[in-house]
Amino acid sequence: MSDHADIDKTVRTYFMVFGALMVGTGATVGAYYLDVSVPVALAIGLFIASVKASLVACYFMHLIAEKRLIYWVLLLTVAFFIALMALPLLTSVIDQAGHFTSSGAPAAH
Amino acid sequence: MEIPYTVEAHPETGLNNGKIGIWLFLTSEVMLFGALFATFIMLRIGSDGEWAHMQAEAELNIPLATINTAVLIASSLTMVMAWASLVRGQLNKFRLFGWLTVGCGAIFLVIKYFEYTAKFAHDHFPSSNTYLAIYFTMTGLHALHVIGGMAWNAYFTGPGSKLFHTNRQWLTDRVEHSGLFWHFVDLVWIFLFPVFYLL
Amino acid sequence: MAEPVQASPAHEEHHHEQSFWRKFIFSTDHKVIGVQYSVTGLAFLFFGFCLMMIMRWQLAYPGEPIPLIGSLLGENRAPGGIMLPDFYNELGAMHGTIMVFLGVVPLAVGGFGNFVMPLQLGAPDMAFPRINMISYWCLFLGGVTMFASFFLPNGAAGNGWTSYSPLADIALNGQTAWLIGMIFLITSSLLGAVNFITTAVQLRAPGLTWMRLPFFCWAQIVTAFLLLLAFPPLEAAGVLQLMDRVAATSFFLPDGLVVGGEVLEVSGGGSPLLWQHLFWFLAHPEVYVLILPAMGIVAEVIANNSRKPLWGYRSMVYSLIFLGFMSFIVWAHHMFITGMGSVMSTFFQTTTMIISIPSVIILSALFISLWGGSIRYNTPMLFALGFLPMFGIGGLTGLPLGLSAADIPLHDTYYVIGHFHYVVAPGTLFALFAGVYYWFPKVTGRKMNEFLGKLHFWPSLVFMNGVFFPMMIQGLNGVSRRLADGGITYDFAGEVAGLNRMMSVSAWCLAVAQIPFIINFFMSIRNGEKAGRNPWNSTTLEWLAPSPAPHGNFDQAIEVTRGPYEYSVPGSDKDYAPQAEPAST
Repeated sequence: MSDHADIDKTVRTYFMVFGALMVGTGATVGAYYLDVSVPVALAIGLFIASVKASLVACYFMHLIAEKRLIYWVLLLTVAFFIALMALPLLTSVIDQAGHFTSSGAPAAH
Repeated sequence: MEIPYTVEAHPETGLNNGKIGIWLFLTSEVMLFGALFATFIMLRIGSDGEWAHMQAEAELNIPLATINTAVLIASSLTMVMAWASLVRGQLNKFRLFGWLTVGCGAIFLVIKYFEYTAKFAHDHFPSSNTYLAIYFTMTGLHALHVIGGMAWNAYFTGPGSKLFHTNRQWLTDRVEHSGLFWHFVDLVWIFLFPVFYLL
Repeated sequence: MAEPVQASPAHEEHHHEQSFWRKFIFSTDHKVIGVQYSVTGLAFLFFGFCLMMIMRWQLAYPGEPIPLIGSLLGENRAPGGIMLPDFYNELGAMHGTIMVFLGVVPLAVGGFGNFVMPLQLGAPDMAFPRINMISYWCLFLGGVTMFASFFLPNGAAGNGWTSYSPLADIALNGQTAWLIGMIFLITSSLLGAVNFITTAVQLRAPGLTWMRLPFFCWAQIVTAFLLLLAFPPLEAAGVLQLMDRVAATSFFLPDGLVVGGEVLEVSGGGSPLLWQHLFWFLAHPEVYVLILPAMGIVAEVIANNSRKPLWGYRSMVYSLIFLGFMSFIVWAHHMFITGMGSVMSTFFQTTTMIISIPSVIILSALFISLWGGSIRYNTPMLFALGFLPMFGIGGLTGLPLGLSAADIPLHDTYYVIGHFHYVVAPGTLFALFAGVYYWFPKVTGRKMNEFLGKLHFWPSLVFMNGVFFPMMIQGLNGVSRRLADGGITYDFAGEVAGLNRMMSVSAWCLAVAQIPFIINFFMSIRNGEKAGRNPWNSTTLEWLAPSPAPHGNFDQAIEVTRGPYEYSVPGSDKDYAPQAEPAST
């Protein structure tokens, strides 16, 4: 990206992404005042946040055109991140395991 | 002695050392904040429906947080502009955008300070309930990251920018890498904001 | 903030004129840092061992004054030389913490990884020399914090090395210092891991393809990934527990907790199980952090001294990578007795059984590598050979613990202690000793004494087993671990309580058996037999550099032409073919 024409194009993209992020922020706050049910609000909020995060990662952090090695490292992290996110779910399943199964496990708290 | 591939890209990976280093560091940051988000989910699930009540009681200031979100997003823009200025070879513009980035970080922290003191004034402390506990812990840790990122950017914008005259490419890469960290901090906030204030 | 500071080339050229401080204390040379790590690690291993020897007195002779040092321990720890249970708990917790985080990891990863890996890669240094230095000094600060916590008014942390909540949340001892120390240690490991991976990816010598990499380097790379991705959750957990202790939050404190007959005044709503999950999410991979570099060292020593290529190098590498992956999804087998139900137990039992397969593959490959070799029984080889059956016992005794039906009765007994120590003490530590004897010539330019080395090995082997095997017997008889009196007040322990004295005497004899090593270590620095570049006739790249290697490592350009273990190549005029030797000769 050392070419001047290239960098001009990139800068234009940056401003467009910036605009999109601002709109996304507005949308998130707007959705809050819609007063929808909790699951719907969660879905909307997390969806907009994910879109915004992807924009930052792809354009500001240049992931849209990065080298393969970085993708591999991130893929690995995603795998372990999923294991980590399974943790609260596991714990809540554990809480209810006594109800689902016949093992009669006591609730954790 | 010179370490190979400090500035120039490795022929096989197409990357220099710093780029790999910062991304590896960011993966560990993902796991750090991931563990805290996992804690958040667990506390929320385990709260027996008390969560909404605790959240309402905390009365977080949504307008201030919205401004803060905008400030951080703007700082991400100035950060990439600082890098782009270096690519174009414009040292003064780089310094301008660099200091703007650091300034945005400072504004963010000042607003955060007012938010915290307002909570303390109403006797809302981390010890009050689990919602406030995880709120203060996560936003506090995030604020520490903002401070770290500001120090890092301030160094390259200030004394570190001398490198421009001897090795411009190296400075450009370093600013790109510090930018990656800065954007990551922004990215974390993009999740923290709705999760704590809105949902 | 880990800023990947690149070494400034201009600065590096002046290195030779640098002062003592820059050269030996705040050095950026990976070899000096590796030696700093190793010496720190060995010192803490010794210190942790001393803690254990004091504990063993209490176990063998409960309620009797500790001889020699009893009066020095202070009235709040051991009035009249008789150890208080609280002090026993402190010793236990700090023994575990120090041995794992300040002994084995700094020596195996920080020490050997730092010193050997760049040399084996043919690199001039680590990718980020200054980060490397910072990493060591973070470890040093962590070590100082841990050590100093013994002198706090309420003593050091005494809640087990696992620091389970809610006890660790509300304990009055030095748990806060423990957490701060851990945050330093975690930072150090993270910085180190970033550096190791970047170095391995970027700085391999020309021609050194991934499948030509020595097994030790592979072990270090997988270890670095484990440290990088598993440590942050513990850092998060540490921050949360710190908040619990300092800011009175309730992350790990449930509702209605009663302490000393009174309801604790906290908001509640937290979960003690969360700590266990976050802790073991790190601590199970951590077990592999302890064992993988050891396997790497043993593989190097065995290939070199059996004068044969490693059997099944590729399958060993793939097993290693698979092991790294699997180690992230077995953590809850440490938590069967938390009552997590049969569904979860089944999942974690299955993954635990699966993870034993790659370990068995690696161990079998090492055994088969010996077959038909012309084995040289020098000291490093003896320790490597000792590692094989000892780690085998450690690994196989772990299988019953991976099955919840067997784990539930065994979990809180000495069986677990016996199993774990077989893996780490005669397992990992023997491998580390093998490494010290093997690479000592590269560090100092002199070999260690063979006679003293054997005098170190044989008694160590006997007494290690003397310490740890009786633990299995006690455990199978149901003797609980963590008890300050060794279980003598329990009727069922009656038959096997006497074994405590045998174990304690073995432990003290084990200490005596280390004296030849200490003498050997310091004497050989000056008076050892001079070693050339390649005293062991080895193939890997570190032996191409001068001994000791200068700053920048190599005095010649390196072009790797072959795999790492080309020993006894048919038709060759000598029995080893160094990796960088041109293929035509």
